[in-house]
Amino acid sequence: MQTITMTVNGRGVTATVEGRTLLVEYLREHLHLTGTHVGCDTSQCGACTVHVDGLSVKSCTIFVGELDGAEVRTIEDIENADGSLSPLQKAFQDHHGLQCGYCTPGMIMSLSALLRDNPKPTEAQIRHHLEGNICRCTGYANIVKAALAASGQLDRADAG
Amino acid sequence: MYAFDLISPKSLDKALEALAEEEAQVLAGGQTLIPTLKARLAAPATLVSLRAIPELRGVSMQEGRLCIGAMTTHATVADEARSHFPALADLAANIGDPAVRNRGTIGGSLANNDPSACYPSAVLATGATVITTQRSIQADDFFLGMFATDLEEGELIRAVEFPIPIAAHYEKFWQPASRFALTGVFVARFDDAVRVAVTGASEEGVFRWTAAERVLSKQFTAAAVNELGRPDVDMISDLHGSAAYRASLTQVLTARAVARLQE
Ligand SMILES: Cc1cc2nc3c(=O)[nH]c(=O)nc-3n(C[C@H](O)[C@H](O)[C@H](O)COP(=O)(O)OP(=O)(O)OC[C@H]3O[C@@H](n4cnc5c(N)ncnc54)[C@H](O)[C@@H]3O)c2cc1C
Ligand code: FES
Ligand code: FES
Repeated sequence: MQTITMTVNGRGVTATVEGRTLLVEYLREHLHLTGTHVGCDTSQCGACTVHVDGLSVKSCTIFVGELDGAEVRTIEDIENADGSLSPLQKAFQDHHGLQCGYCTPGMIMSLSALLRDNPKPTEAQIRHHLEGNICRCTGYANIVKAALAASGQLDRADAG
Repeated sequence: MYAFDLISPKSLDKALEALAEEEAQVLAGGQTLIPTLKARLAAPATLVSLRAIPELRGVSMQEGRLCIGAMTTHATVADEARSHFPALADLAANIGDPAVRNRGTIGGSLANNDPSACYPSAVLATGATVITTQRSIQADDFFLGMFATDLEEGELIRAVEFPIPIAAHYEKFWQPASRFALTGVFVARFDDAVRVAVTGASEEGVFRWTAAERVLSKQFTAAAVNELGRPDVDMISDLHGSAAYRASLTQVLTARAVARLQE
């Protein structure tokens, strides 16, 4: 067992766990932050995307033992302080960027990292950035549209 | 996860000590190794993470060569190598996806030598040097076929040193499901020679297409590649593409890379 101290969504947590515990398992099973989903468990689908020290990573492919001192942010910390949807979440709702919703936490975490680094991405940049986030429902068009809307560029998106 | 110990030593010496134990394996970005552990294709008793060793990270110019530490992530190479060696930065920026690039490392990629990985083509096409904990290995001696390298048991990659070509380009044909290269060609043009390395094609892993190097050293045009015909190499044949398709891709991608550099 190892003692690991991290910040998760702004809160300090100290865990005594096996270092080999996967981050996603720690978030879901120990902290009960079940917004982070497991789609494939093989680093293919991106449903488990969270931020570690500001960078998007697949939490199914990272061990807690390597995260002492790290700052972790999950989908639970994305909403506005008053509990209303963040602009990106609102754009997903408004533009039907989700159907079953399974991929959505990963999509939001991935896109929020993109929009922080590049506030006005082109459609091609959005699509390139989402290479590692698989959605079985939407066909991506409305996800891309939501990202364009959230970055104030909806006029560039296809109509309909 | 099955039971194993994960340790994160803070120095290279400590890491080498830990790796001298039975059934210990080194962990870099984990983007290949962690899925491999989950599939039980590897089952070390101890994983030795290199993440806490600062000297293994970083991008710097040293005597005209670009030196990249083994634990430098693809995302960092994409940013920090750009002003020195843009073709290498572009290659790194197109590996997998952003989350893979934020964890995966150049050392892990080279040690793994996946037959469809991108970095081996850049290392071979530039004639780079792989610096290990024991020696320096020239690119031409490093890659020994699919998933095989000249690294000995317990020998770690510390860094890679790239000579900087006058011009270079990596042309990747995506395998959209894995996001690796179905086939990829790295063309590097130096004062005295042109080198062409091909990944994702040969049964022997990454290779130099010497026939193309010869004609391009005389005449650096896409037409010269088109006249040459396909490489005479045993190509991989799988559900993503036949051997003939990969041979054709090799020629087409080489010509495209050269055309890009002629612009
Ligand atoms: C979805 C996805 C898409 C990908 N797409 C691409 C792609 O397009 N192109 C591409 O090239 N790659 C791709 N990859 C692979 C990715 O680049 C990996 O990061 C890389 O192959 C392994 O690097 P790592 O740092 O994660 O190493 P790890 O997975 O930690 O280790 C890999 C192997 O190397 C050994 N090792 C690690 N570091 C060293 C060292 N310094 N010295 C000696 N041995 C060492 C380990 O013991 C292990 O056997 C993809 C991976 C995924 C999951
Ligand atoms: S669950 Fe982590 S990438 Fe699919
Ligand atoms: S909304 Fe169902 S997987 Fe994306």
